[in-house]
Amino acid sequence: MSTQLYQQLLATTTGLLLLTAVLQVWGRTIIRAIGLLVVQGVALAGLVLTVGVRAGEPTAPLVAALVLVVKAGVLPWAMARGARRAGATRDNAALAKPAVELIGAAGLTVLAYAVSGPLVGEAADPALRAVPVGFSLILLGFWQLLIRGSAITQLVGFLMLDNGIATVSFLISGGLPLVVELGATLDVLLVVLILGALLVRMQAEQGHIDVPELRELHD
Amino acid sequence: MAVLIWIPVVLPLLLGAASALRRRSGWTLWLPVSAAAVLLGVGVALVAVVGSTGPLTAADGLLRVDALSAWMLAVVGAVAVVALWGGIPHRTHQGRNIGAFATLLCLFLSAMSLAVVADNVGLMWVAIELTTITTAFLVGARGGRGALEAAWKYVVLGSVGVAIAFLGIVLLSAASHGTGEPSLSWTVLVAHAASLDPALTRAGAALAVLGFATKAGLAPTHSWLPDAHSQAPSTVSGLMSGVLLSVAFYAVLRVQAIGDAALGPELMRGLLTAAGLLSLAVTAGLVITQKDFKRLLAYSSIEHMGLLALGAAAGGPFAIAALLLHMLGHGLIKSSMFVLAGRILGFAGSHHIADVRNLLRRRPDLGGPFLLGAAGLLGFPPFVTFFTEVAIIIAGFQRGLGWQMLVACALLLVVFAGVVRHVLAMTVGAEADRDAARTSSAPPDRPARFRQVPIGIALAAAAVLGFAAWPLSGPLLAAVAALGGVR
Repeated sequence: MSTQLYQQLLATTTGLLLLTAVLQVWGRTIIRAIGLLVVQGVALAGLVLTVGVRAGEPTAPLVAALVLVVKAGVLPWAMARGARRAGATRDNAALAKPAVELIGAAGLTVLAYAVSGPLVGEAADPALRAVPVGFSLILLGFWQLLIRGSAITQLVGFLMLDNGIATVSFLISGGLPLVVELGATLDVLLVVLILGALLVRMQAEQGHIDVPELRELHD
Repeated sequence: MAVLIWIPVVLPLLLGAASALRRRSGWTLWLPVSAAAVLLGVGVALVAVVGSTGPLTAADGLLRVDALSAWMLAVVGAVAVVALWGGIPHRTHQGRNIGAFATLLCLFLSAMSLAVVADNVGLMWVAIELTTITTAFLVGARGGRGALEAAWKYVVLGSVGVAIAFLGIVLLSAASHGTGEPSLSWTVLVAHAASLDPALTRAGAALAVLGFATKAGLAPTHSWLPDAHSQAPSTVSGLMSGVLLSVAFYAVLRVQAIGDAALGPELMRGLLTAAGLLSLAVTAGLVITQKDFKRLLAYSSIEHMGLLALGAAAGGPFAIAALLLHMLGHGLIKSSMFVLAGRILGFAGSHHIADVRNLLRRRPDLGGPFLLGAAGLLGFPPFVTFFTEVAIIIAGFQRGLGWQMLVACALLLVVFAGVVRHVLAMTVGAEADRDAARTSSAPPDRPARFRQVPIGIALAAAAVLGFAAWPLSGPLLAAVAALGGVR
């Protein structure tokens, strides 16, 4: 792979990751949130393949395929199924106005670039220079978890956080050992399936899936 | 001998599969108990083996048992025997999903074992996340809105917290690139600590400690704990409070060892002192006005985790050995207390402290051990918690944490007052027993004698451990040495 192609592919995939993360904060419909998650999964798989092939990792296509299947296939499918069974189409319980959400998201992206500067230093490697994208995804995932009320969009926030960590992991160290990658992927998959099951129970129990309404337990 | 490492991980899986196959049979609940007993046996055997021959490894070094891992396995086994045996429900109370319950408990035990025998920090992370996954349905098992809310918060906050730890591990892995062999092996990271990238190690270790501290229930990220531990069935609460928190804290200790070796102790000491004092303050603020006795026990767990954090912040062989012994003592007492709390709940039909009165007279089989256990939790002698708490505080003074330990003592006094007030209100009461009629007819769940056995053993062990600590000093000091020894 020529250096120019590598840089272009890296810029395209990380750009797509950041774009989907920011768009995620914008909209309110659940189908859109899940659709953006699919795009983000595809971009992440592309990034994994690019970094892996460049580094000459023999397992890169395998890991990229795994990421593609799980992040762009199984997880969005499970969430769409949960949303359908809970009959949810929109996030009506968001805690902030869209304008506030966007300003917050912009601020967090700037913050991500600020905090990752000291970590990666003045690196010449284009992969390291893209690390702030991963931190942006993590912070935007947190932001989404904080300001969204619907259980589904909170789950989307969690997955964005997870995508951000995966992005940092692949950009900064070319990924972790295969057994750890597999274990971590399996864990995320199981967490989403469990939360999906709880979501269906939530719908059956209280007729909606708004997390701020869960207020039974307090001191 | 390496086969000993595989038993605690694989055997619970097999027993879990067996209980999944025999879903409806009541005896499947004994499978997790036997798994726990085997864990205890293997843990003790490993303590002996590792003590004489040194660390064992398996699976190309992915799994490794040193003295600390062996000690943790024994603690997991001991506490799990108490919680699982004591928590077996009476035949009339056994539901239809009993096999699924037993399966999840077995998987949970296996995940905890994997977490303590993994040498690869990434694998340890995977195992700790698996403990969240296996306990998610257990927390929500009782049904109802409260249990649902607790399970949701537990899974979301637990997973997000542990995800932060994963980011930390990713950064640690990146920090090891300069050593020539990038690795997540704990032994390699500690051995090459001097050549780790300092900026990445600093960020990675701090994030990993923060993430695992969430799972260990340390403030300020403790908010899931009182909900989850009060809503889960008592067996599960006992396991989670008694030993899962300690397993998560074990991960903190491992990361601390890497951070200390690479950067010196200041960073970790600052983080852990802050988390420890904050945990004690949170408990002190909320026990006084507590209305729910299971939540009271849950807050007590936050307090004890805070003490462990202070012990780890102090560092040095004395404090770390005391901390490891405290894990065992607290685990035994807390799991018994949760089992008793479950029985009290069954008897009184309510979580509220105000609804439980005069237990010593009405149900001496519950009130007596509950009072004793509470004394143990508060650190009365002769319970081992007395010795370990004093040791942690003295070690803190010796190692320059003077005013922090004074604050901790003041906060502990407040906690003491709050817990004493509630427990005395529940157990002793001078007024005539208004519900005398209820006590005269034997309730259907009056426990068979053998259900009292694990509680008795646990409380007796916790009372004796402090005096019998000298045979344990060898394994404890070996465990301290495994963490990197004197710092």
